[in-house]
Amino acid sequence: MKTRIVLSELFKALGNAVWFSVLLFPLMIMKVNVVGGKALVTFRWQFVPFIFVSSFILSYLWKRALVWNEHRQDKIASDTLYYKFKKNVQTYFKNQSIKYVTLSLLVAFVVSFPFLFGMYHTNVMITAFIYVILALGLNIVVGLGGLLNLGYAAFFAVGSYTYGLLWKYIGPNFISAGIDTGWLFWISLPLAGIISTIFGVLLSLPVLRLRGDYLAIITLAFGEIVRMVLQNSGQITGGATGISLIPRPWFFGMKLAPKQAAVYIYYIVVVLVLLTIFVVRRIEDSRVGRALEAMREDEIACQAMGIDLVKNKLITFALGAFFAGIAGVVLAAQTTYINPDSFTLWESIMILMAIVIGGTGSIPGAIGGALLLKLLPEYFRPLAQYRMLIYGVAMILVIIFKSDGLLPRHRKRYTFEEKTNSNASAGAGK
Amino acid sequence: MKGLLKDHGMDYFLKLFLSGTAKGSIYALIALGYTMVYGIIQLINFAHGEVYMIGGFTALIFGGFFYTMGMPVWMVLLLSVILAVLFSAAFGFTIERIAYRPLRNKPRLSALISAIGISMILQNFVLLAQTEKYLSYPSYLPEFAFLQPFRQYINSTQFIILIVTAAIMVFLTALIKFTRIGKAMRATAQDKDMAQLVGVNINQVISITFIIGSALAAIGGVLICSYMGQINYYIGFVAGIKAFVAAVLGGIGSIPGAVLGSFILGWTESLGTGYISSDYEDAFAFIILILILVLKPDGILGKNQKQKV
Repeated sequence: MKTRIVLSELFKALGNAVWFSVLLFPLMIMKVNVVGGKALVTFRWQFVPFIFVSSFILSYLWKRALVWNEHRQDKIASDTLYYKFKKNVQTYFKNQSIKYVTLSLLVAFVVSFPFLFGMYHTNVMITAFIYVILALGLNIVVGLGGLLNLGYAAFFAVGSYTYGLLWKYIGPNFISAGIDTGWLFWISLPLAGIISTIFGVLLSLPVLRLRGDYLAIITLAFGEIVRMVLQNSGQITGGATGISLIPRPWFFGMKLAPKQAAVYIYYIVVVLVLLTIFVVRRIEDSRVGRALEAMREDEIACQAMGIDLVKNKLITFALGAFFAGIAGVVLAAQTTYINPDSFTLWESIMILMAIVIGGTGSIPGAIGGALLLKLLPEYFRPLAQYRMLIYGVAMILVIIFKSDGLLPRHRKRYTFEEKTNSNASAGAGK
Repeated sequence: MKGLLKDHGMDYFLKLFLSGTAKGSIYALIALGYTMVYGIIQLINFAHGEVYMIGGFTALIFGGFFYTMGMPVWMVLLLSVILAVLFSAAFGFTIERIAYRPLRNKPRLSALISAIGISMILQNFVLLAQTEKYLSYPSYLPEFAFLQPFRQYINSTQFIILIVTAAIMVFLTALIKFTRIGKAMRATAQDKDMAQLVGVNINQVISITFIIGSALAAIGGVLICSYMGQINYYIGFVAGIKAFVAAVLGGIGSIPGAVLGSFILGWTESLGTGYISSDYEDAFAFIILILILVLKPDGILGKNQKQKV
């Protein structure tokens, strides 16, 4: 019986292999080149066995994986090794001292990172942390508020350009007045937050009546309009060439070497990440946060409960935009050069991907997703050619086999535990 | 920008209007597939643009092959279009099976991410398997002698695109309104569970929708690449976004809406660039989108969907 099932599956895989060999034939086997208006085709027959064998193996594995995935849910509930492991880990972290030791180890690692690794890795880490801030900010909009935003990079751009333009127009005055230009960073940090927030409110105005995909497309349009304005108003923003030589942040009037500056910005961004995590956590459990979640679940029921939808949507967009603005300033300070190409639709999609892969609405998920998406490609440089291909495949695998994301959000719920020994007691827990 | 609304007379307007019409029918060819898929499974199929690009490439490859074999031009055109349609349809079918079907009962955002993943995979697959360069696209489309006097307004390729778009729109509307499969499609779009209860095989219906949508994308790919005269692995993404805008503009899920939205988009872009400034071609499209959605949140021909609790 068992062998018959395996045989029929192998037979199906064989069929799939034939299907894919035919499907990929024109694009893989035939290669086209146009010379003088004439298309010339060469054949690469050596790929045929490769496609056939690999699609045979892959389709068999795929089938098995899908079956496994369907039955996984029941298995987790039962007494499997994985479940025991998970349970053990959970009880392990319930222990306060172990929790603190792990946490302090993590903190020590993050703090000593720039000294343990070189400047290159520090810079990579800064970029990754900027993405963490962005992901956390977008998580408020998409995860909590349930408003799909495809133009988030626009706020990122507004933040960056606030700093850039401030440098371009106020910078010379600073130099002639003899003030350190590094101060501009500290001025633009709150200013960019405020200006981005204003943009967020501006965007949310036309969006108030819209839902779902209409909302997504209008945010997309907004993002593209902002980018196009930056690109085409050459006299003001420097157009496609952007703004360069942006000063690094002020550090007690010292002239920092690039390496030191990287370390310094690293610490700034770490502090900003912590601040963001703190604020987002506070929001999540606050009255506003709960209202946002209610809005995500059901707008009409939410209104019936007396929640002001307009106010909530405004708050969502404003908060999300604020963090993107701040992240933008850090980006400008790190790269010292900005141009509109850094704020394309792809950028918005990347940030969205980070939170969906991490687990929509979950704070650890947003952090993990952003780090994963930014760090993995960085350390896959040897495979640079295939990087995006692998990236796409990985995304689909994650979303199909773990569609809640890697670190899904656990909703707060109150559990009642039976008293088994003296120190266990009934209480609130996650 | 030299003053709003430069005066160039009626001739200039007519020219812009016709080039806008041609552009609009181009968008419509892609937007139709978008809107069909959306209408049935409420998925923004980001990979649709890629299927269109693959259609263009397949036709280029087979066209080149048959041409060097010495076939007559009309046969080259016919065979390459048929093969492009077949392969694109197969791609659409396969994509749905691999990336969308396992996610059908999951949150909608998951399927969207999966679609973006597929889009990345296909782009990079074509980039690696073919070329990263822009290839010039030889056109096998016929030149019509009777259009010669109007040459400055409309060329043969534009004329063919217009006719094909109109034909496809009529065909699709008829398909959905009057055939058995069309009825099944409408039922699936309204309520999947209920459709299954009355005996509609929704897996089959969804597959067929993807096949039809992808076949249309392939026709679009061949025509548009012949019109533009070049092809590249990245053209699908940009065209996909534009077509999506057009579909939303007209009310996503509605077939006449997609065509109307595409024409409005085409006219806006071509009149905007002609009279105001050519730097902001794409911005005009997006601004008109925002304006229309603010005034009519479900698109021009979209049904106002009541939300139930």
